[in-house]
Amino acid sequence: MAKPSTSYFNETHDQARASARRFVEREILPFIDDWEEAGEFPRELYQKAGAAGLLGIGYPEALGGSGEGDLFLKIAVSEELMAASSGGLVAGLGSLDIGLPPVIQWGKPALKEAIVPSVLSGEKIAALAISEPGGGSDVANLKTRAVRDGDFYRVSGSKTYITSGQRADYYTVAVRTGDKGHGGVSMLLIPRDTPGFTRGRNLKKTGWWASDTAELFFEDAKVPVSNLIGQENGGFMVIMTNFLRERLMLCVMAYSTAQLALDMALAYAKERQAFGRSLSGFQVTRHKLVDMATQVELAREYSYRCAALMQAGKNPVKEVAMAKNFTAQVAEDVTREAVQIFGGMGYMREARVERLARDARLLAIGGGTTEIMKELISKQMGL
Amino acid sequence: MKVLVAVKRVLDYNVKVRVKPDNSGVDLANVKMAMNPFCEIAVEEAVRLKEKGIATEIVVATIGPKVTQEQLRTALALGADRAIQIETDEEVQSLEAAKLLKALVDKEQPGLVILGKQSIDSDNNQTGQMLAQLTGMGQGTFASELVIEGDNAQVTREIDGGLVTVSLKLPAVVTTDLRLNEPRYASLPNIMKAKKKPLETMTPADLGVEVAPRLTTLKVEAPKPRQAGIKVEDVAQLVDKLKNEAKVI
Repeated sequence: MAKPSTSYFNETHDQARASARRFVEREILPFIDDWEEAGEFPRELYQKAGAAGLLGIGYPEALGGSGEGDLFLKIAVSEELMAASSGGLVAGLGSLDIGLPPVIQWGKPALKEAIVPSVLSGEKIAALAISEPGGGSDVANLKTRAVRDGDFYRVSGSKTYITSGQRADYYTVAVRTGDKGHGGVSMLLIPRDTPGFTRGRNLKKTGWWASDTAELFFEDAKVPVSNLIGQENGGFMVIMTNFLRERLMLCVMAYSTAQLALDMALAYAKERQAFGRSLSGFQVTRHKLVDMATQVELAREYSYRCAALMQAGKNPVKEVAMAKNFTAQVAEDVTREAVQIFGGMGYMREARVERLARDARLLAIGGGTTEIMKELISKQMGL
Repeated sequence: MKVLVAVKRVLDYNVKVRVKPDNSGVDLANVKMAMNPFCEIAVEEAVRLKEKGIATEIVVATIGPKVTQEQLRTALALGADRAIQIETDEEVQSLEAAKLLKALVDKEQPGLVILGKQSIDSDNNQTGQMLAQLTGMGQGTFASELVIEGDNAQVTREIDGGLVTVSLKLPAVVTTDLRLNEPRYASLPNIMKAKKKPLETMTPADLGVEVAPRLTTLKVEAPKPRQAGIKVEDVAQLVDKLKNEAKVI
């Protein structure tokens, strides 16, 4: 019998980690505070990350990727990128990870070849657009309309809260091509320069400051039929498949955010003096840190378990939904306690725990809210 | 020109070093290991020489237990063409390392050997110099700039008083200082490709070298923790303290 593995990671993953860590130390950490305040990071970072091969992880080699199908390689590198202490940066840099998979899995070969290599190299930016001003989680009732007109669709409607929405070059957009309900939804790849397609201002958010977020407007935008991703009216399945990976990556962001906050709080508690001893000299602080560490550990290990199921070809919708809820809660709780340990300093923008606490709030909302996850889980439980 | 680069596996530079409770050495259990930073600079310099069309092949070598293959893979991912591991579980000291590398030089006949000036674990700063002596090659140590012209190497060396430039006839040994270059990070596709590059394994016995240590470490101690600083009241007090306590003036 094979020995049970005690780690999901191998030597290649470790090397990738080392490269990603150096990338973060050299290209991101010295500038991240400024980028957060500026509300975006330089576009060149996509190219730098692309050149380092960080954007292409998990995608086919023929399209410019590497390590196709190796989910733990993706996780290893994502954990390292999160050390940049900015969820916004990771989300912005990683918006291709929700925009591209539908194209790769269901797009026509010509469409794939036209857009995927340029996104993986960092020259172009890809985004996913599902949420609308009239509803986010209620995907089956989305309103943006695409009407067939010869070799084109004419698209009208709007999308909102779109990560990389300001400056993406390619948008993977959910539209209504058919009747009401989930059976009438299709996915279209809409390029930035499509006539009739405009973008609103950069939306101001609680956290994730370094990522540009926008509203998208389509007014009779003409999109070639060849840009259809998957079958007409078959978009709902595409969206749901995409969500599984997105949610797993949000789990990685969540426990990494918590881990970072824990590390910072640990160091601070040992160093900060109060009433003649270090904060960690107080049992109340020690126990708080122990609870935080326990939560982070459980969140991470359960996420790995979900990833292992996915890696084995399973479709663990319920498990990933549970992981997302659990890890998002851990991220909120642990960052809150970390700020508490930092005291007044934790409320200052110069303390990175402050940012982590703001960034953590998104994790219970994006990629499907906690409540939607619970509905998914309850269905899987036969309720 | 063939370039031979020697690299060493050491404690990662980010790791806080802890001395074993019995003072017999540094605690390496469950500690992150990495390529010695000076060796990374050596690999980077070789890769740059290849990119300039000066080096035609980069052979990277290391000495140590099987796990040191990780560092060879890293070097291959950074751009080395093939790797040689001299496998031994013995503690290998500077002179023995130099003898092993001399045997490799005899075998490979490189036009240039690049090493880190020292490793951040033992900080001996000996192997490169010893290798030059054993092979009879010229040496340019603590290089902050390396220019190859024909069968000549111009090495700018960092010394206490400033910089000194030496001209060496190739083949030669060059050891790297921190400012020679800024090493790149291995790209993901190159990490994947490195898995397919050749890695040859041999033992010290294959090279006819005895590696048993000649020096014994008696005791390893952590540096004394630094005392907290104080604020002086005025210049007079400062001068007094410098004179009578620090005894520097």
